[in-house]
Amino acid sequence: MIRAVIVMNDKGKPRLVKFYEFQPVEKQQELIRSIYGVLCSRAEKVSNFIRADSILGPDARLVYKTYATLYFVFIFDTSENELAILDLMQVFVEALDKCFSNVCELDIVFNFNKVHSILDEIILGGQVIETSSSEVVKAVEEAYRCSSSNSSFTPVVN
Amino acid sequence: SKVQQIATLEQLKTIGRELAMGSQGGFGQSKEFLDLVKSIGEARSKAEEDRIVLTEIETLKRRIAEPDTTRRKMKEYIIRLLYIEMLGHDASFGYIHAVKMTHCDSLILKRTGYLAVTLFLNEDHDLIILIVNTIQKDLKSDNYLVVCAALNAVCRLINEETIPAVLPQVVELLEHPKEAVRKKAVMALHRFYQRSSSSVSHLVSNFRKRLCDSDPGVMGATLCPLFDLITIDVNSYKDLVVSFVSILKQVAERRLPKSYDYHQMPAPFIQIKLLKILCLLGNGDKQSSEHMYTVVGDIMRKCDLTSNIGNAILYESICCVSSIHPNPKLIDAAADAISKFLKSDSHNLKYMGIDALGRLIKISPETAEQHQLAVIDCLEDPDDTLKRKTFELLYKMTKSTNVEVIVDRMIDYMISINDTHYKTETASRCVELAEQFAPSNNWFIQTMNKVFEHAGDLVNSKVAHNLMRLIAEGFGKDDDTADSQLRSSAVESYVCIIGEPKLPSAFLQVICWVLGEYGTVDGNYTASYVTGKLCDVAEAHSSDDTVKAYAVTALMKIYAFEIAAGRKLDMLPECQSLIEELSASHSTDLQQRAYELQAVIGLEAQAVENVMPVDASCEDIEIDKSLSFLDSYVQESFEKGAQPYIPESERYGAVNMSNFRNQDQHDASTHALRFEAYELPKPTIAGRTPTVSSSTELVPLVPDPQPTYAREIYQTPSVPSVSDTGSSEYKLRLDGVQKKWGRPNYSTPAPSNTNSDSHKTANGETQRDGAGNVKSRARDASYDSRRSPQVEISPEKQKLAASLFGGMSQSKNKQSGGGHKASKTTNRAAEKTHMVKEVTAPVQPTQDLLDMGEPTIVSSVSSVDPFKQLEGLLDITQDASAQSSGSVGATNAPDITSFYAEMSASGPNNIDGVDMISGLSGVSNRTPGGSTTIHTPQLNKGAIRKDSLEKDALVRQMGVTPSGQNPNLFSDLLG
Repeated sequence: MIRAVIVMNDKGKPRLVKFYEFQPVEKQQELIRSIYGVLCSRAEKVSNFIRADSILGPDARLVYKTYATLYFVFIFDTSENELAILDLMQVFVEALDKCFSNVCELDIVFNFNKVHSILDEIILGGQVIETSSSEVVKAVEEAYRCSSSNSSFTPVVN
Repeated sequence: SKVQQIATLEQLKTIGRELAMGSQGGFGQSKEFLDLVKSIGEARSKAEEDRIVLTEIETLKRRIAEPDTTRRKMKEYIIRLLYIEMLGHDASFGYIHAVKMTHCDSLILKRTGYLAVTLFLNEDHDLIILIVNTIQKDLKSDNYLVVCAALNAVCRLINEETIPAVLPQVVELLEHPKEAVRKKAVMALHRFYQRSSSSVSHLVSNFRKRLCDSDPGVMGATLCPLFDLITIDVNSYKDLVVSFVSILKQVAERRLPKSYDYHQMPAPFIQIKLLKILCLLGNGDKQSSEHMYTVVGDIMRKCDLTSNIGNAILYESICCVSSIHPNPKLIDAAADAISKFLKSDSHNLKYMGIDALGRLIKISPETAEQHQLAVIDCLEDPDDTLKRKTFELLYKMTKSTNVEVIVDRMIDYMISINDTHYKTETASRCVELAEQFAPSNNWFIQTMNKVFEHAGDLVNSKVAHNLMRLIAEGFGKDDDTADSQLRSSAVESYVCIIGEPKLPSAFLQVICWVLGEYGTVDGNYTASYVTGKLCDVAEAHSSDDTVKAYAVTALMKIYAFEIAAGRKLDMLPECQSLIEELSASHSTDLQQRAYELQAVIGLEAQAVENVMPVDASCEDIEIDKSLSFLDSYVQESFEKGAQPYIPESERYGAVNMSNFRNQDQHDASTHALRFEAYELPKPTIAGRTPTVSSSTELVPLVPDPQPTYAREIYQTPSVPSVSDTGSSEYKLRLDGVQKKWGRPNYSTPAPSNTNSDSHKTANGETQRDGAGNVKSRARDASYDSRRSPQVEISPEKQKLAASLFGGMSQSKNKQSGGGHKASKTTNRAAEKTHMVKEVTAPVQPTQDLLDMGEPTIVSSVSSVDPFKQLEGLLDITQDASAQSSGSVGATNAPDITSFYAEMSASGPNNIDGVDMISGLSGVSNRTPGGSTTIHTPQLNKGAIRKDSLEKDALVRQMGVTPSGQNPNLFSDLLG
């Protein structure tokens, strides 16, 4: 199962943090810091995989990939396949790209509730439920379309 | 200048749009939020960031409390709360508002509320109870989007106690018309199973049912819980082997709609999950495995090696081949695939190759040799992940012929890294391999010295104890000279090493113990020389009480041996002052040792020899635990009217002295070796009264999972004045321990053996067989070789390869007979499978994934497997007979077939979608020059470039201009 999905920028600032097993805030920060430490020490042109058992306990593995200024990090156990996770990450980013046309870091910062919705369509409870970025986008767009038409009924006092 | 003009123009345009939009930013958030993000982004220190966030928290506290806060405003505040909590600050003051937001009717607010509570709360939080009701209501909603939102929350927030509240609805939703809902309901049920398997155990059959869902997406999602269930209990799912194989076959044959393709591979994620499941089901099960051979072989052949996902499937196939009952053809294919991985330039693929090799050598050890040079390359690779993986592989293939090279490399690596975790792991692996395969005493001692020198404080204290025991016991009783050689070389190396600065405590303890026990035995070193060294150690580590304790006990032993040998005791002045100092130590343990030393050396030679026999650490200490020699005294006292003894455990509130002692010890030396014996199992104390005890009865030790060494350390104080050798302080008791090198001492601690041995010795029929022939050298025997390295490689590397893998070629002759036999049998096996295939092939019509779950047909053919009866129903293209039955199937199951027909009819659309995906990935992905790269995205990106420019300008206008710190905030993630 997937234990966590973390998106952080190259300064170590978290942009999206989702743990599939509850972690207290302090523990989350500690994990993010240690993961960032490990990511920084990685040379270029090496594998995208890191054994994370020293950070997250036995069997924990970590796959990361940099997209522009962002590190996408997936943490999971032995029941997932590293190469496939790399592609899952690609699905996620492709879905983001379709939702935000030409996605950049700022999109993720300012729309992070939508980013969460996208991720929730792909992974639920630590299990992969959808792997087609078009399907993901379709589901998210539908929810948002309904939401906005729905919200027009609710009187908005601004 | 032209560029500038364009930029200004863009900016002007944006300003216009900005004005039109009012205070709301283009990202749907308020200026305040954008400002917050901006200022945090520009904070120059963590302290500055914290200040900004604290101000924000104050603002939010105030705003949220305002009575006229609109719900839309509240939504933004909650998102801001989420944001500050993501940055590590406490936002708990706002949790209740997130809970309230889940009650909203508006979907977008509800979704935000659910998102917030799933991120804020753990499943045991008090506020959950306020949400359960809402979740129940939402699960019944007509709007499937509301249901989906509630299911997301269910997966995160429902705990064991609240499962019953939502379980009925979730089960109902498994049949929901929307596949998105069914998928999420399956996951929710799975989550319940993980939380509390007992509360949903009666519903597990639902997963089997969903495997036959008309929607392949739901079927794919169901594989996740099934994988977990099969991991827990393989045997209950053996009946599904045929179904899984048939699904996998259909997926691989592209029978799923095009929309499930990813990078030209048909539903690769489903294939991977299925291969993982087959891996479990076929493990150690020949019959099940035989069903899988064809499909796994086909998949391996079909994998697109230019794409990442293709390689992922290939890797998973290798794992499957290595796990299921061996099949020579598949093993060969797997070996080929591994060599492709290892030869690749991609570190990811090399990593997967090494991992796969580690799996395959379990069933096909000779594969390792084919790849020796690639393995060595990986060992020298700058990528630490790859290096680590390779060490793991080497660890798995170590045997007596290559242990020296491998352990030396591992030690070098251990020294080079700083990460404590991996240092510890590598150190314990070195020790394990050295113990198991050590070619010589000297090498063993030197290796252990290196490990202890660099990681002594990291390794488990067991390791130190084990080293002492190995030095005390040697290889075995039969070879006394070898034993004393081992001890001599240990003493020799320790005398050299002892003066070095910064030796870890655990290592010093071992050194002191060995010097005390054997320092003067072979006569190479005089007592004054060794005692001088020990004094130096005690002085140099004056803050380490444990080391001092070991040192002073070692001194006592050496003096005792001197006295017993009739030599005149000539105590060095520094030893004298050390003992005096320790007699006044704050540590009562050290005091006691110092006084005992003084008492022992005051005795006459005969007495000392009895108290401290030479080289007696392996001797049994007979202890009459029942204190039978006191029986008459006790009886006498009873007769005089004394009260019987009340066991400690029955005296409620009594001070537990042994606990005190334990605590004391732990405070003094948390990392050090434990001196005190482990507590005896309680029941024995409870059930015992002094009158019942007889001399022959020993305290029955309950076999416990404690490793044997736990009981090998004797602590005199706990058994006061009982044993003959009572005053000989702490000693290793080594009876019942297998006399040999190696892991079995750890991994097969046979506590019952130890116990029975001690029983025997107590009864006087001391009869221990040193038959420790459990030697687990099974590994090295199984390695043999076929080829020697033929590629031209640098001699250095060749040498290394030869030393790592060379042992195999030597054993070739020995092994060839067996190997021949093996190949014969495998041939026969292959023939057999071939025959079976021929027989079964025509009978078995092609099955179709989507014909599942048609109830009428199921009942007509068999009631167990819904797949079987539907086999071939939809196979129109291949088989005439199948075609006819296919049409029957179509009429019987119109919904399913039409569903598929629709999917294929909508082909063009799907294809467009696929192209776009692959195109996108082609830009960003690692398949340069691959035929898969489609160039539409260029165009796509061109259009979007303008988009990003606009976005940039917009944000600039709003005052969140990225500072120099992060100029790339806008860079296109996929560009």
